[in-house]
Amino acid sequence: MTAAQRRWLFLAGAAGFAAFYLWGLTGLPGFGHYPGPYGDIINRIAVAQTNATGVVSAVNFEYRGFDTVAEEYILFVAAIGVSTVLRQLRGERERAARDEAVGRRVPPTSDAVRVLSLMLIGPTLVMGWFLASHAQTSPSGGFQGGVVLATSFILLYLAGEFLVFERVSPLDITDAVGAVGAGGFAAIGITAVGLGLAYLTNFLPLGSTPGAVSSSGTIALISFFVGLEVGAAFVLIVSELLEQTLLLRHRS
Amino acid sequence: MQVFPFIVVAWVLAVGLYGIVTSRHLIHQIVCLIVVQSSTYVLLLGIGYRRGAVAPYFSDIPVHTPAVDPVVQALALTDVVVEAAVTALLLSFAIQAHKRFGTLDPHELVQLKG
Repeated sequence: MTAAQRRWLFLAGAAGFAAFYLWGLTGLPGFGHYPGPYGDIINRIAVAQTNATGVVSAVNFEYRGFDTVAEEYILFVAAIGVSTVLRQLRGERERAARDEAVGRRVPPTSDAVRVLSLMLIGPTLVMGWFLASHAQTSPSGGFQGGVVLATSFILLYLAGEFLVFERVSPLDITDAVGAVGAGGFAAIGITAVGLGLAYLTNFLPLGSTPGAVSSSGTIALISFFVGLEVGAAFVLIVSELLEQTLLLRHRS
Repeated sequence: MQVFPFIVVAWVLAVGLYGIVTSRHLIHQIVCLIVVQSSTYVLLLGIGYRRGAVAPYFSDIPVHTPAVDPVVQALALTDVVVEAAVTALLLSFAIQAHKRFGTLDPHELVQLKG
């Protein structure tokens, strides 16, 4: 099929889609007039039921906890996939990246970037930790916190310290942290089963103050494990891709 | 303008799909896939939005304050992160495809495999 044929086929399909879509829109309640009862019910009962004042986290780690387990494992498998796909294949030799265009003017990493990156590493680490451990009360949680945690490691690379980056995030430790994160989530669910409850039931004491760090039982704990898993997964992905760039692998 | 956000959804989806169909470069195709996926975020958050309502965080407001739907927000939140990891996986496939076949043109890749 030529490119032109493909384009026309797509445009015909898109026209059909547009017609049905516009037709479907006529029966839809307008924007800003959310009619579903489900979200309203959760908004009303979540704080009393879980002692978490951040209802989005309560949905993620409690009401739809089972769904989030699956999401987390998609992430886990994707990270493993990256390192599997990029592993050293038979016939590939590793060599340090060589400048393919010798003689062009490469501006060195500016001191401003280096200093700013180094300065931001500490605050970013604290921020990530804060986000991962405050899912129950603020718009945060393991997913956001984990990404911010990984960012602090990537800042280290940006500061021009690839060797340090490799030293502080060796694959074994990253893998172990990721495994603890992924396994911890599942283990919390199974612990509930061991106690005679349904999978992922919130079996920990909920604390007395809604929204406090010690409140909301397993929600805070699961969020913490998700933070570990997400952070480790992203450090793994970034270091695999960096290695691909800095140590070229060539089929010989 | 009652349905305008939903038209934006369809537009983002269509633009992304058009990019995938006509793309001549794997990296470009992956970026187009991200565009397609972004349309789901607009759709989810558009459905859950409620005029005059607050974010579903009740740390410092009474529990009965009208709030937007937390369920769709939770769906969008997890997906943003998972999408980033899946994109990395796709990009690493592109790296291997380039190593093996020396091209990133999907059209040529299909021809190579016959």
